[in-house]
Formats: sequence, C-alpha cells, structure tokens
Amino acid sequence: MKLHRPSNRHLIFALALLVLPFVIDALFGHGWVRIADFALLYIMLALGLNIVVGYAGLLDLGYIAFFAVGAYTYALLGSPQFGLHWPLWVVLPICALSACFFGVLLGAPTLRLRGDYLAIVTLGFGEIIRIFLNNLNAPVNITNGPQGISGIDPLRIGEFSFSRTHELFGVEFSSVHLHYYLFFAFTLLIIFISLRLQHSRIGRAWMAIREDEVAANAMGINTRNIKLLAFAMGAMFGGISGGLFAGFQGFVSPESFSLMESVMVLCMVVLGGMGNVSGVVLGGVLLVILPELFRNGAGPVQQALFGKILIDPESLRMLMFGLALILVMIWRPAGLWPSTQRRRELMPSEEVALQEQGTVYDATK
Amino acid sequence: MTQQSDVLLKLSGVAKHFGGLAALSAVSLHIQRGEIYGLIGPNGAGKTTLFNIITGLYQLDSGSFTFNGQAYARSKPHVLAQAGIARTFQNIRLFANMTALENVMVGRHLRTHAGIWGALSHNRSAREEEQAIAERAHELLRYVGIHRPSNTLAKNLSYGEQRRLEIARALATEPKLLALDEPAAGMNATETESLKELMKKIRETGVTVLLIEHDVKLIMGLCDRVAVLDYGKKIAEGVPELVRNNPAVIAAYLGGDADIPQDEHDLEIES
Repeated sequence: MKLHRPSNRHLIFALALLVLPFVIDALFGHGWVRIADFALLYIMLALGLNIVVGYAGLLDLGYIAFFAVGAYTYALLGSPQFGLHWPLWVVLPICALSACFFGVLLGAPTLRLRGDYLAIVTLGFGEIIRIFLNNLNAPVNITNGPQGISGIDPLRIGEFSFSRTHELFGVEFSSVHLHYYLFFAFTLLIIFISLRLQHSRIGRAWMAIREDEVAANAMGINTRNIKLLAFAMGAMFGGISGGLFAGFQGFVSPESFSLMESVMVLCMVVLGGMGNVSGVVLGGVLLVILPELFRNGAGPVQQALFGKILIDPESLRMLMFGLALILVMIWRPAGLWPSTQRRRELMPSEEVALQEQGTVYDATK
Repeated sequence: MTQQSDVLLKLSGVAKHFGGLAALSAVSLHIQRGEIYGLIGPNGAGKTTLFNIITGLYQLDSGSFTFNGQAYARSKPHVLAQAGIARTFQNIRLFANMTALENVMVGRHLRTHAGIWGALSHNRSAREEEQAIAERAHELLRYVGIHRPSNTLAKNLSYGEQRRLEIARALATEPKLLALDEPAAGMNATETESLKELMKKIRETGVTVLLIEHDVKLIMGLCDRVAVLDYGKKIAEGVPELVRNNPAVIAAYLGGDADIPQDEHDLEIES
C-alpha cells in the first residue's frame, strides 16, 4: 500500500543507477550511454501508456501521437522555425499540457468505445497526427513537413546546457551523461506519480473500469471523467518525454512517430507486466537494449558461423523480436514481472493446497 | 429532502421496448422506506429490465420514476448511485482481478473525495480518508461474512462469497435502496438461509431492500410485499400470502390457461 522507507538495499540500488552511465561508458563505450538515455525516454513513454492500458484498460494503439505532440511543441517553441527560444521550464509544462489537451481530444469521442473498436480509433488518431505533421508545411509552414525541424535548442536550465561537457566535483560529465541524469530524474518523478496514483482512490477507479465498466459505473464512478483523466495523465507523460526527446535529439521529423513506435511502447507495457510499474520499467529496458544488442551482434555472429551474412541484421532483428514476444505470451502471459498482488495472492492458496495434500496422505496411512 | 415521505421509490406507467418487444408496459409500483420488497415472475417477465431502469443502465421509453422525492428518469448509473440506489448483478459482476478488499473500497469512491492532488501529495486528509476507506471496507467484509484474507482476489472467492462480496460492495456506497438481482441463485439451502439472515440484518440498519428472486420460498419468508411481473406487466402486488393464492400468479407460473381450482390452498408455486 505505502511506498516503503528506503532501506540499505534501495540505497545501494540507487547508487548503482547513479554511477551506471560511467560503468556503461567504461565497458561498452559512449554510444551505449546514449542508448541508456533513449531507454529512459521510452520508460517514461511506457509508464504513460501503462496508465491508459495497464490501469484503465483502454487499449491505445496511437500513443506515440502524444510523444509527437510533446516533441513538436518543444521544437516549435525552441528553434529557429519561428525564432522562438523559450526557456525549458516554460516549454516543458506547455509540452505536457498540449499533450494533455490532445489526450482529452482523443478521449472524448471514444468514450463509448471499448476493446478492438477503441484500438482502431486510437490507431487512426496516431496516424492522423503523424500525417498532419507531415503536411503542415503548406499553405502556412508550421511543421516544416517531412524535412522536420532542426536546430532545436538543447535542454538548458539557466546557463547550464545539457549538451556541453561540464566538469563538476572534478569529474568530467559529457552531454550523454548529463542527459542521463536529467532523464533519470524525470523518470523517477513519473514512477513516483504512477505509484501514488496506483494506490489511490483514482487508481482504484481506473482499475475498476478496466475490470468491469458497467459495474464501475453502477457503483457510482463517473466513468466518463475518470477515463478522460486516464487519457490526459497518460498523454501528459508522453508529452514530457517528447519534449525531452526533441531537446536531446536537436531534430524532429514525422518519421520518428510511426505506428511501429506505438506498437513498440505497447509491447514494453504488455511484455513487462501490464499495470505493474516495475514490470513496465523492465519491459522498457529490455526492448530498447535487446534490439540494439542484436543490431550490433547479428552481423558478426553470422559472419563467424557461415562466413557471410545470410539474413540482413535489421530484418532478423524484427524476426527475433516477434519470436520473443510469442514465447513470452505463451509462457508468461501476465508479463515478465506481473504485479506483486497476484503473486501474493498465489502464496496462501498454494500453502492451503499443500496442507490439504498432507491430510490426504495422512488419511491413506 | 425536506419532507420525508414514506415512499422511497415510485414508478408510474413505466414502459420499455426492445425493438418490437415490450419488455415492460405500464408498470407502476412504489416501495416504502424500510421494507423488503420482492419482485418475482417467470423468466423473461421483465424483472431485470425494471432493475436496469431504476439503476440507470436502461433509459425508460415512457412513464416516470421518482426516488426519494426526486425524478430520475434518464439519469446515468453513477447519478443514481449517488442518489442512493446500489445494486448487485444477476450474473456476478465483480472486479475479478482486484482483491476482495479493493472491490469494497471501490464502492466507497462515491462517498469520498481525494483527487489527483490528494493522491500525489499524500497529505493528511488524503491519508486519513484512505485509512477510513480501508477500515470501512474491512468492516463490511466481516459484516457480510467473508472471513478470508482480504487480499484474496475476487475471482478466487467461492460462488457464495462472490455474491456476498457484491452485496458488501453495494453497501459501501451507503445506499438508501439496495437492489439485489437474484442473490440466492445457485446457492444451496444453508447458504440461502444465511443470506436471508443477512438481508434481515441489512434491513434493520434502515436500508430498504428490493429483491428479485426465483426462489418463492425465500420471498415468502422474507418480503413485506411482493409484486409479480409477467410478460412485462404487473399482474399482482401485495403481501406474499395474498399474492401466492392469486389465480393470475398461479397461471403465470404454471403456464397457460390452466384451470386452477380456487380452493386448493396447498398448491406450491415453484419456479
């Protein structure tokens, strides 16, 4: 029910995460720290989608649209496109709010839809946003069309720019390291919000809607408002992540927000364990790191085994990805790390079963 | 309410059609405060339709209904829950993957207020409210007689316990009228008996009970008044003994134009 007080175990874990970028840097090189940064962005996205899909049970296949809205909001307010260079602490809340607005915009007309129907409408919504971004360069050039927006302001707080190397406490922090800490802080914030919401009156209402909307409504839950709230909160996390992405990348274009990305984020949620924050984080980490490993590893391995590259690593990557998903769905349908509640639930009944077995054996003696 | 009239729920001329089928036609009835009111009738008589209308799941086609002195036709389910009508479902509709305790806690949603800010800040009022919700939920679980660990998932409870859990969840909304849709369906004699005791206990707390039931024996021993529906029409209403001997009711249950001799008082109506 409550967030636990930090124990030694947690402190060690937190410390490990703080030195992680340096460990990665030393072991695997700079590129992997950048991948870790992306992993954190994806975790934020997955946690946002987890509110909509995991908590409230509303299947959203166009979630990346909110990421896009956040990214483009940041890009438009902090780039030469309109000559605006607003500070981060103004832009990021606007990213969150505009994504929130689009969340409600999507939520309102789909309130009556469930399951497959909702999935199709959200899928359409995701595509509409992408196509808009692709075509809003005429008659008035807003998004610069398929070329995207470049020269986006780096993430900067006052005079402290995250895109430059800084020396702090005698240690040199390069750009990717600094972004890691920034994203890490935001991820922690989003995890905190997710956990607090999960164990609250609102969280229970979301879960009640997921389990049985009719019964939830009959028990006095205003399903319309509570569902809109889920859409808005989920979209908000997506918007924040999108804003950070734009600042980190320095460039956004519509092709970063394809359907495949929505599916990827959904996979993180489903694979990790719907509705369980730790599971979703695990799903995010795995689905960013494994494909990267594969991208780097598949070529050389084939070369060594067969002397030539038989299957293009890129397509092999998707193939293995599909296979992994199928295997997980067969053996761990609740996800790799399902909620503790279910595990707690299994404990006593197993004990009871054991006891019962014991008495049966006694009787036969 | 300024005036506390004795009538809690009043239906006048309620009709509901599904396509060409008249599920209910011109049904009028009223339920007094504090009574246990039974609604019986053969399958397809429109009992559940009536239930769905007073709980806002269906919108009535014509007629009106007032609850606690206020008109509520065409209101949403959560508005009616707010007004004080709580229900259970004929096919159990629990939140299967939530714990027994959480199921009841959801019932408290309506009478509590913590929003996003309360959830995030975990401030004193939010914490106290959360605690009160959990305490009340524990109380209600004991009250309806569920003695399992409260973190048992609803779907893992026994059938009888699930029925009771639905009642606990409904009671958590602090209803004035508790509407039970065939709560004894599928229960054995002992379970039915203890359910009967539970309903009496609930009535003593001042909650009015509306009961749909097939088991005529249960209705007879429990209800203050009953109404009988057949093909969407109310064919009889009154104290159970009177209704039991009503020829129209007997015909409805035994079928057709069966010529029932009036003097055969020992005739049992079975569903």
